[in-house]
Amino acid sequence: MKRLIGCLMALSIMLFAGGVYAADTIKLGVPGAHSGDLASYGLPSANAAKLVVDDINAKGGILGKKVEILQEDDQCKPEVAANVGNKLVSEGVDVVMGHICSGATKAALNIYNDAKIVTMSPSATNVDLTKSGDYPNFFRTISPDDAQAALQVDFVINTLKAKKIAVIHDKGDYGKGLAEFAKGYFEKEGTEVVLFEGITTGAVDYSAVVQKIRRNKADAVVYGGYHPEAAKIVSQMKKKKMDIFFVSDDGVRDETFIKVAGEYAEGVYATGPIDTSTNPMAIAAVEQHKKVYGSEPGAFYLNAYAAVLCLLNAVEKAGSTDYDAVTKALTTEWVETPLGKISFDERGDAKGIGFSMYQVRGGVYVEVGE
Amino acid sequence: MDYFLELFLGGLTRGSIYALIALGYTMVYGIIELINFAHGEIYMIGAFTALIVASALSLMGMSGLSLLILAGLVAVIYSSAYGYTIEKIAYKPLRQAPRLSPLISAIGMSIFLQNYVLLAQTSDFLSFPALIKEFEFMEPISHIMRSSELVIILTTLVSTALLTLFIKFSRTGKAMRATAQDKTMAMLLGVNVNRVISVTFIIGSGLAAIGGVLISSHIGQINFYIGFIAGIKAFTAAVLGGIGSIPGAVLGGMILGWTESFATGYVSSDYEDVFAFGLLVFILIFRPAGILGRSTSEKV
Repeated sequence: MKRLIGCLMALSIMLFAGGVYAADTIKLGVPGAHSGDLASYGLPSANAAKLVVDDINAKGGILGKKVEILQEDDQCKPEVAANVGNKLVSEGVDVVMGHICSGATKAALNIYNDAKIVTMSPSATNVDLTKSGDYPNFFRTISPDDAQAALQVDFVINTLKAKKIAVIHDKGDYGKGLAEFAKGYFEKEGTEVVLFEGITTGAVDYSAVVQKIRRNKADAVVYGGYHPEAAKIVSQMKKKKMDIFFVSDDGVRDETFIKVAGEYAEGVYATGPIDTSTNPMAIAAVEQHKKVYGSEPGAFYLNAYAAVLCLLNAVEKAGSTDYDAVTKALTTEWVETPLGKISFDERGDAKGIGFSMYQVRGGVYVEVGE
Repeated sequence: MDYFLELFLGGLTRGSIYALIALGYTMVYGIIELINFAHGEIYMIGAFTALIVASALSLMGMSGLSLLILAGLVAVIYSSAYGYTIEKIAYKPLRQAPRLSPLISAIGMSIFLQNYVLLAQTSDFLSFPALIKEFEFMEPISHIMRSSELVIILTTLVSTALLTLFIKFSRTGKAMRATAQDKTMAMLLGVNVNRVISVTFIIGSGLAAIGGVLISSHIGQINFYIGFIAGIKAFTAAVLGGIGSIPGAVLGGMILGWTESFATGYVSSDYEDVFAFGLLVFILIFRPAGILGRSTSEKV
């Protein structure tokens, strides 16, 4: 009994200490996978947060306060993530940069949402997190899973002005997933999808599918999958004198595609990630990581770097950690980050990052933009 | 009607390739009752050889029909040598072993050859030059049928006809039929069974190489793994037609090609394989030995 009381006292002192502390620091929660199988996804983000916060504190912090990091390990497990969320809220966290995995993020988001705490993930790509509208407190600095499909649909309808679309995929998780998103968005926009089919990867030829595309009088093909099948379909279409648009994804935006399909690759469109390798802030951030930690940064490092910059910038612009003011600042302010100049839409997805449209011209992929 | 014709011809082209490969499966099975799983790899090696030869020759300025014939010829010879060697290394020492042993040996050979090409060449897809040029007289119907498809179909027909004549009328062909009926008896009557088996492997491999060169030129890309799927499909065709029967292999190939083509054209390409293998099951229920296969009772 004595022991229990001791424990409780110790706990209450800690809680109390937390409460007192809250007054003079801005608390940045950094939950994510920091141990276990998926630690390599989470640790670079924690490193990024430390580097950015150290920089800011060295310059005197924001709003006259130092920034304090509350780092918590969720191991990418939803049940652990919920506990981590409760713990951070009880410690009086102001803004959260995390979680890493979509499942863990979803589990913890309700807790932050109820406590009105802005949360920004550098890596959770699950579409529903933003699109469902259930989590107005959620933002992210990575493209959702459907970003490529959304870009393809927009490009096909508005730039290519195609009216009848054939959506073809390779039945794989990646290809079929994108194709289903694309089909849904075409239908939402009122554009007719005349064909939606999966092909067998590695088949001897695809002439029957190509004939079917012709028969349905499609004027554009949107293909979800990888380059070997895309090369076969494109060559067969061109050889059968079908001159219609072919739009695909970053599985096709690959040099091998051009090498294999040769002259037939000419004119093919494919979405691919926006190149950040020449961004001076990205180069500096990577150098900083190498200097401090002596290694190359890992996955989502730049995304996390950008997320922390955006969050702290929003707090500064809002003049407080008030929920409404911070969300407003996030959606109105543009911030220079290693991912480029970004802001957020009302659903919480970042504007200015993600994918761009490329076309094969003269044997190389050239960015065509919107 | 045009659409039907397109699907029909597409299926015929695909079926011709299956048939060319299936002939090798069926001949080997007919003679030594072995399913030669490494046969698909011979097809792949044929395609790779043709690519290497064609690249070298076109650097020297050769083009057109002579390039196709020369590259094809080298591929056939090279693949035949592989077929011959595989038999000597992997199957001959196991001829008296239980039937499962050469089967496992064949699977091992298949995996070995795939990885050998993967290491010796590349794991990437490679571009294969269009060795079959577009003929001018095909221009008006090129949207329905391309020159390479015509060449593939004709080559299959001619090869099958020549093979049938060879087996029917030549001395070696006669010896092959004798060996297929009863190996021991043929041996007792003075047939050189080892030679017959070697010839079978050489012919089968040569046909597979022709298939490899033609289809690679038709679709324009190859990698080390193309033999696996083509081999499985051709094996299915051989079983469908009745394994051990030469006309059966051709018929099986065509039926498989058409089934896939029409299933894609009129239903959905999602169900291409469902229809193809569903048909196989259906036919085997009613004709367990395949369409043209003869069900023979076990020899005593």
